[in-house]
Amino acid sequence: MFNQALAGSVPIQGTAVAARWDGLWDFLIGLSAFFFVLVVGAMIYFIIAYRHRPEKKTTYLTGSHLLEAVWIAVPTLLLMIIFGWGYSIYHSMTQAPADAYEVRVIGKQWLWTFQYDSGRTTVNEVFVPLNRPVKFVMTSEDVLHGFYIPNFRIKQDVVPGMYSSIWFQATVPGKHQVFCTEYCGTSHSGMLAKVIVLDDAQWKAWNLNRPIGNVPEVKYSGVEEVSAQSPVASAQGSLVEQGKAVYEKKGCTACHSVDGTTKVGPTHKGLFGSKVELADGRTVVADENYIRNHIENPQSSTVKGFNAVMPTFKGLISETEMNALIAYIKSLK
Amino acid sequence: MAHQATVADGGDNYLNHSKGLMSWLTTLDHKRIGLMYLASVLLFFLVGGIFALLIRLELYKSGTQIIDANTYNRFFTYHGAIMVFLVIIPSIPAALGNFILPIILGAKDVAFPRLNLASYYIFMVGAIFAVAALFLRGADTGWTFYTPYSIRTNTTVILVLTGAFIAGFSSILTGLNFIVTIHKLRAPGLSWSRLPLFCWALYATSIIQVLATPVLAITLLLLMMERIVGIGIFDPKLGGDPILFQHFFWFYSHPAVYIMILPAMGVISEIIPVFSRKPMFGYKAIAYSSFGIALIAFIVWGHHMFVSGQAELANFVFSLLTMFVAVPTGVKVFSWIGTMYKGSMHYYAPMLYVFGFLELFTIGGLTGVFLATLAIDVHLTQTYFVVAHFHYVMVGGTLMSLMAGLHYWFPKMFGKMYSERSAQISFWLILIGFNVTFLPQFVLGAQGMPRRYWDYLPEFTTLNRISTVGSWFIGLGFLYAAVYFYQALRSGKKASANPWNALTLEWQTSSPPPHDNFIETPVVTSWPYEYLPENIYMQGNS
Ligand code: HEM
Ligand SMILES: [Cu+2]
Repeated sequence: MFNQALAGSVPIQGTAVAARWDGLWDFLIGLSAFFFVLVVGAMIYFIIAYRHRPEKKTTYLTGSHLLEAVWIAVPTLLLMIIFGWGYSIYHSMTQAPADAYEVRVIGKQWLWTFQYDSGRTTVNEVFVPLNRPVKFVMTSEDVLHGFYIPNFRIKQDVVPGMYSSIWFQATVPGKHQVFCTEYCGTSHSGMLAKVIVLDDAQWKAWNLNRPIGNVPEVKYSGVEEVSAQSPVASAQGSLVEQGKAVYEKKGCTACHSVDGTTKVGPTHKGLFGSKVELADGRTVVADENYIRNHIENPQSSTVKGFNAVMPTFKGLISETEMNALIAYIKSLK
Repeated sequence: MAHQATVADGGDNYLNHSKGLMSWLTTLDHKRIGLMYLASVLLFFLVGGIFALLIRLELYKSGTQIIDANTYNRFFTYHGAIMVFLVIIPSIPAALGNFILPIILGAKDVAFPRLNLASYYIFMVGAIFAVAALFLRGADTGWTFYTPYSIRTNTTVILVLTGAFIAGFSSILTGLNFIVTIHKLRAPGLSWSRLPLFCWALYATSIIQVLATPVLAITLLLLMMERIVGIGIFDPKLGGDPILFQHFFWFYSHPAVYIMILPAMGVISEIIPVFSRKPMFGYKAIAYSSFGIALIAFIVWGHHMFVSGQAELANFVFSLLTMFVAVPTGVKVFSWIGTMYKGSMHYYAPMLYVFGFLELFTIGGLTGVFLATLAIDVHLTQTYFVVAHFHYVMVGGTLMSLMAGLHYWFPKMFGKMYSERSAQISFWLILIGFNVTFLPQFVLGAQGMPRRYWDYLPEFTTLNRISTVGSWFIGLGFLYAAVYFYQALRSGKKASANPWNALTLEWQTSSPPPHDNFIETPVVTSWPYEYLPENIYMQGNS
């Protein structure tokens, strides 16, 4: 009953990882069904076979070391296999390829905002290419949110004050459901979005700001054709251009250069992805979280050889500006 | 277990020993304190249960049914907080444990009777704080109080936190009391190797209560300070770290799930040998595995945080360690089944509830392994799959076991018998109702329906509707149980001292027991599960 009810009850496989996930799921369902039948089946059999009968005595048994060894060893072995299998799939869920197409995601009670390199912004719909790795770099403006795409079997909490990420390579074009899974107040259950996976032609059209035609709805129960999807108008310049404007407006240029020269502070040329030696002896990789943290709490990671004079920008830069700023710094190769 | 003839003849018992309300409110008798806990826990269970039925009613269809989103969010918070902190955690240790532990040890009372009464009042003060919130602006954070939402919401979270904080002390004190009682007050001859498994289970539970609860207290205190004074610990706006809160919270709350289940396992271990008329199979393995579970319980909290943003290495370690929880759990289940083998089984209500427990807990444990598996959990966490998992272990495990224990010890507690027929009817209502309610939730979760959702997509309707209908049967089953227990108290047949023909000490004194539990101190000469091949009869409940 347990097995029947669960098998084949998962959403469609929208990625290669989803297919691997389903393989492990099927294995677990089968194994659980086996142990369920073993335990409950034995119980029911004993209930019938050993019901009280006045003429029948019991057998005096207090245990068996052999049996105990078996029912410790066999489950332990099986559990280790399950662990390894689960970890290996998980590991591939966390390793985004370096060339992944990046979108920045901001969660906010109760909607999702998406920022693209092109400078576009969309709300509650995110447009991504088919068969290409896509990475979302996510943060929240208020409380915890959770970004969950059942068709891709992936989920990640979206946390204020830091960046988390999620990646996938969609193999099924169409609109895929997104849920918010970390409880966030009144409209938690209404904080829905769609990942819209576009085929090559549509992806070209979207990037050229042309109509993209019909996009099917990929539901749990199957695929449905629905109405046309027009792309959203472009914002003020690309994300990097927006970031450059923020960089200049907020006065970063006073102390930092973008061409490699050292001023009051270190240059930002080639910063992203490099190893930074800090005054306290640590060496850290300059990723999104490091840069954000340094902008908000400069004293916590003073760079070796510099004075701790940078002011904090905490509360002075919005989440969308921060994303643009980081995209700009990232572009300074 | 051999025994002197310590059965008192009619006359004096703990219920008629002294009279009047004050004699109850100021009693130091562990049996009366146990009953006061029982009454309070059952009352909270009623309140928590009503919220549960309302939640399910709202989910009967998508769209608004009976309550709006804000009310719904409050209701699932009340339901969870009440059920966890005021029902499941205290149920077996504080209610059944208080009543049974000293008697089963052959003692007159717990080691510190005054402290015991104090624990009860501390618990009630905590409960009153928490329940007071219902009449003010409520609380809408879920029972997990995740930051920064819990810092920013304008509901009266502080009251609920204060309540849980205070109730925690009661849990710590009860744990201490039990540890000392088990060490110091065992009857002559009751060596460690003869200790009933219920006592072993309570011992392991008490250790967790004493060690883990202070962490919860500190966490809640920090959260209160952040809310009231604005110290930045968990809210990034104030320079805090919201994930730190989750570490603190689960460092207590994971061990707490074993505070909930270990005593339940203890009850099951008492009942199976009696009704199978057979020695416990693997007594030592069952006793030790409780400590194995208690130990591992402290190092697996991170399995609640696989998608929280904690490091991949942490996820690796927590997933690996969690796998080992399933091993001692399996040892127990296999040993219970082994005890039935070649027995002479009697099917009265307590044993039926044991069968129910085994069916449900097996599903709960197996689905726990799904959730411990890293990749699998990424998809299932924060969905209805988790909701179904923990209801299978907490209701299917702890609550079924509480019902088993209540039916088993009811004749001892009150000297009366309930109607066996009614008990069996109510059992089937609850068991079937439970499966109808919660099996579909596994499927909903696998399909991707998130938890804590006031509304859902139309494709989830059918399964939600089945689940709601199931909840009515559970409600009906418990309602019926309330009726026949009440009837039994008023006009039940008189119970004999030992209707189940059991060997543990609580059955060697009269029903209900005298004020001091025994007329003469009992002496123990064998282990408690010495059921010889011809000892196959019991008077039962006929
Ligand atoms: C074989 C034994 C068990 C294993 C391997 C196991 C594993 C897990 C895991 C990995 C989770 C986290 C799921 C998630 O949040 O994604 C979980 C959740 C939970 N488990 Fe278990 N579990 C077991 C038994 C129990 C027992 C005995 C109880 C209590 C009586 C319990 C109560 C809970 C609760 C309350 C939650 C969810 C709490 C929440 O998020 O609100 N589990 N379990
Ligand atoms: Cu846990």
